[in-house]
Amino acid sequence: MNPLVEVRELTKLFGSVKAVDNISFDVYEGEILGIIGPNGAGKTTTLQMLLDLTTPTFGEIRIFGMTLASNRPEILAKVNFSSSYISLPHSLTVRENLKIFAKLYGVDSPAARIRELASAFEIDNLMDVPVRRLSSGQITRVCLAKSLLNDPKILFLDEPTASLDPDIADKTRAMLKRIKAERGLSILYSSHNMQEMEEISDRVIFMDHGRIIAVGRPAEIKAQFDGASLEEVFLKVARR
Amino acid sequence: MNLRRVFAYTTRHLYLYKRSFPRLMEVFYWPLLDLLLWGFVTVYLARNAVPGFVAFFVGALILWDMLFRSQQGISVSFLEDVWSRNLLNIFVSPMTAVEYIASLLVISIVKLLLTSSVMITLAWLLYSYNIFHLGIMLVPLIANLIIMGWAIGIITTALILRFGQETEVLAWGVALFFQPISAVFYPVSVLPPPLDTIARFTPSSHVFEGMRAVMTDGAFPYDDLVWAVCLNAAYITVAVVFFSWNFRMVKKKGLLVKIGE
Repeated sequence: MNPLVEVRELTKLFGSVKAVDNISFDVYEGEILGIIGPNGAGKTTTLQMLLDLTTPTFGEIRIFGMTLASNRPEILAKVNFSSSYISLPHSLTVRENLKIFAKLYGVDSPAARIRELASAFEIDNLMDVPVRRLSSGQITRVCLAKSLLNDPKILFLDEPTASLDPDIADKTRAMLKRIKAERGLSILYSSHNMQEMEEISDRVIFMDHGRIIAVGRPAEIKAQFDGASLEEVFLKVARR
Repeated sequence: MNLRRVFAYTTRHLYLYKRSFPRLMEVFYWPLLDLLLWGFVTVYLARNAVPGFVAFFVGALILWDMLFRSQQGISVSFLEDVWSRNLLNIFVSPMTAVEYIASLLVISIVKLLLTSSVMITLAWLLYSYNIFHLGIMLVPLIANLIIMGWAIGIITTALILRFGQETEVLAWGVALFFQPISAVFYPVSVLPPPLDTIARFTPSSHVFEGMRAVMTDGAFPYDDLVWAVCLNAAYITVAVVFFSWNFRMVKKKGLLVKIGE
């Protein structure tokens, strides 16, 4: 199977600090690849480089077989991103925000797509409410709806459920798994919630000090570090 | 009243000024600009009996506001995305930095049309001043002010991208820096050296000299128009090149994701 994302010898230096140190990995079609690791491990910097928000110092990123650096608009039109740390213009309603991003991504039949996603994320009743009046959990759901507007082939998620209550977080994970199964969506998922990562990830990349220290299915990672859960593995790595 | 708590919270603000050059600049910048601007206006009025000064002042004020609004249309619209933590949503979309700036230019025109319509109508109602008396010459005057406002706006936006949200004061302050040397309310001849020389390299000073010439003689000094166009062409090119270079640097340093934090 050809990988959708190919990362080779990716390195990011901030001055003399190696935030990401010569990492290589692939993301395959229909796969949820989790990135875990302690704070400062290089997870967020890696995601930023994959979205062309930060320029790598060395290495190559190829997405859909194209080099990211020279095919940015073509690639970004077919991927999307969400994080609990971003928001949307506060004075605009949910519907206005989604309409704008539908236009930015050149979505066909935006009204129908927005209705479909509003129903999936249970935000139908919030469509005409300004974003500033939403709770942080509601904003996260709206951002997730935004991230699926263009029916992306790859979704980059940075702690997407961090501000959601357990019920909505569970529904969000279930929905992501359903979309992945139905449409072959690939997801690169970063989170500090180890239980969530164990539940949702097909494979996991474990990063520490900018390096990949383990790659594999959650069960393989647990076996490699002799831990009963990813949480236990995480604590072993973080405290060693 | 607990003075310890008052002092504690005062210290909280003093710490900000200790570490922040833009905030420190605020303390000295505005009084200095006020002193320069109104000082030169006073000198001009004291030396000359200015005929039709209402037309001079109100016309100048409306035109200056156009420059100011065109700059704000870019810088403040950009800040709106920073304040709402929306910038990353924009830059992970297929939209390029050039398209983003182009959309800010369009919004600056829309804002300018709205505010200028209000100012022009109020000037007519309150002071019986009709800026359209300047005739067709109004077009090159306004066009040059808008382009200068855009150049300042693009550079200001680049600086906020590079140095973060604490430099957002630049969005309000940078255009006003040019006000005393733009000779908005008085001729360039009022300015002492070296400010008069600096004014010659400021496109807006040629626009306001032109405006006064149209008002008094009914003719536009073409030298001033050529100067304004050439200077603006140079400055807008510098602004775009600076923004592009700075955007690459910001991505290289990983600062794009930090803005607004």
